Parts: sequence; structure tokens; C-alpha cells
Amino acid sequence: MVVFQEDLCKGCSLCVDACPKHILQISMTRINKKGHHPAECIDQEKCISCAFCATMCPDCVITVER
Amino acid sequence: MTVFKKPHALTDAPFHYCPGCTHGIVHRLVAEVIDELGIEGKTVGVAPVGCAVMAYDYFSCDMTEAAHGRAPAVATGLKRANPDNIVFTYQGDGDLASIGTAETVHAAARNENITVFFINNAIYGMTGGQMAPTSLVGQVTQTSPYGRDPSLCGYPVKICEMLGELEGPEYLERVAVNNVKNVKTAYKAIKKAFQNQIDGRGFSLVEVLSACPTNWGKTPSEALKWIDTAMIPYYPLGVYRDRTAGILPDSFKEGTV
Repeated sequence: MVVFQEDLCKGCSLCVDACPKHILQISMTRINKKGHHPAECIDQEKCISCAFCATMCPDCVITVER
Repeated sequence: MTVFKKPHALTDAPFHYCPGCTHGIVHRLVAEVIDELGIEGKTVGVAPVGCAVMAYDYFSCDMTEAAHGRAPAVATGLKRANPDNIVFTYQGDGDLASIGTAETVHAAARNENITVFFINNAIYGMTGGQMAPTSLVGQVTQTSPYGRDPSLCGYPVKICEMLGELEGPEYLERVAVNNVKNVKTAYKAIKKAFQNQIDGRGFSLVEVLSACPTNWGKTPSEALKWIDTAMIPYYPLGVYRDRTAGILPDSFKEGTV
């Protein structure tokens, strides 16, 4: 599963592009402390813990657990 | 079980970089390698002038700041004074390839036992997107609004190829951080560059093709694609010099003068 430290997210969506399971998206309904729409996971069950999202995240927002 | 978390060699300070700026990825890779090699306690980094000027806030090893472009000279002093330390510099293209070209070339020519990370994003990021020596031909920037014209501004500087022709340097590689595969390759290159210094082999430079979505006027995703379509064709990835492994430019091969 992926855990987002949401207040660090700048909504660049590089994790969304990298996810092979297409379970990440930019939340258009929420805003974080920085004023960005943060990335979120829509289906933790489908996560395969490949850490591609965390590899491409420029801001170390994502922790990946198995 | 944790598969991936922020490396210990990075502090908790949030990066000030723009959304989608790949400086953050390179910072993390350097920190991951410092963690893996277990050298955080004896590593000293030299921060540049440019977007990464505040890198000293982000790495938890010792850091110092150099005058614009002079990071390899400062690193030379640090390494010679304390040869047990592991010294790296982290420089952008305005720092290393423009104002600091002389320091870079001579540190490489002397085969100084330091590690240099060169972040090439083909533009001056911090000052607002002016043309850099590494800007591509035809690239639109603040100071080349009709695209870079080689008859007026010359051609982009290829640092790895240029330094490869010197007798001195041990290891030169160009990598990119625009997709997962390239990030993994970049990690290996950065690790090798640190390992060379630990083994006392000499000057290692890793050039990282990096994105600047803000000043390129692209979204972060488009910017990463632009690295693939525009930058990599002009700046081919690969190892340009690895003396220990016998990888040298053609001009050094037997049979050529």
C-alpha cells in the first residue's frame, strides 16, 4: 500500500503517470496546506508495492509498504 | 514491511523546488546512495549557486556553500585537507557549465578525487528561465524568444564529451531521470561515482538530464517527455569514460593519434 504525506505534495502528477495499475489520481476536491491538489490512491487493494510512484516523486511524499 | 521511505540522509525540510522539478529525485538518489554506502558521517557536500543553492538544508551530512561555479575548487580544498572525507558537489548547468567551466575542466584534468553531480536542465532556472550554455538549438527561453540561434549564440556545450577528451578523469556518465528505468540507472551511476572516490580512483562526474517544467512552459508530464524527445537525442545517455573498466573515447583507442 502507498501512504502519502499529503501536505508535502505539490500535485505534479508524476506518480499518477508512473503507476502501472492506474490507481493514483490528483484529488480535485481537496487542497493541502501548500494550496495544491494532492495525489491520492483510489484503490489500495490493487497496489502491488512496486514503488514506481515513490521513485518518480520529486518530493519524497510517498512511503510504500507491503 | 516498508518497501520505500525517505532516505535518512535527507532532512525533514520540504523541498522548495517547483512542482514536478526533478531536482528532488536527484537529491533523493544521492541521499539513498549515501545511506547505502553508510558514509553519512564523513560526507561533505558542496552546494552550488542556482536552484539547488539551498541543498545544504536538505542533506543531513555536512554541507558547505561555494561561490558561483567554484564548487569543484572548494571540494578540492576540502578533499585535500581531509582525505578521509567523501566530498561531493551538486551543481546545475549555469553553475558548472557556464561560470564554473574553468574549475570543472581543471578539477577533471587534475583527476581530483571528488565526485561531481551535474544537473543539466538546459535553462537557467533560478533567475527565471534565461538561455543557458546547455540550451538546445531552437529552444525558446526568456533571452532567446525566437529560439536559440547558433549563428548568434553558438551551440550547446556537451560537458561529458568535452571532459572525456581529457587524460585525467576517471568516470563520466550521462543519465536522465525522466522515467523509472532511467532513475534506476541514475542511482547506479551515482553509486559508482561515490564508490570511485572511496576507492581513491579520482574524478567522477555524473551528468543528470533534468526537467524544468516552470521555465520550459510545460506540465511536469510533458517536461519529462521533452527530455526523451528533445534532450536525449542531443545529449545521448551512456558512460563516456570509465578508465577502470576500459571505456574511453575513440581518440584514446589504439591506432588513433
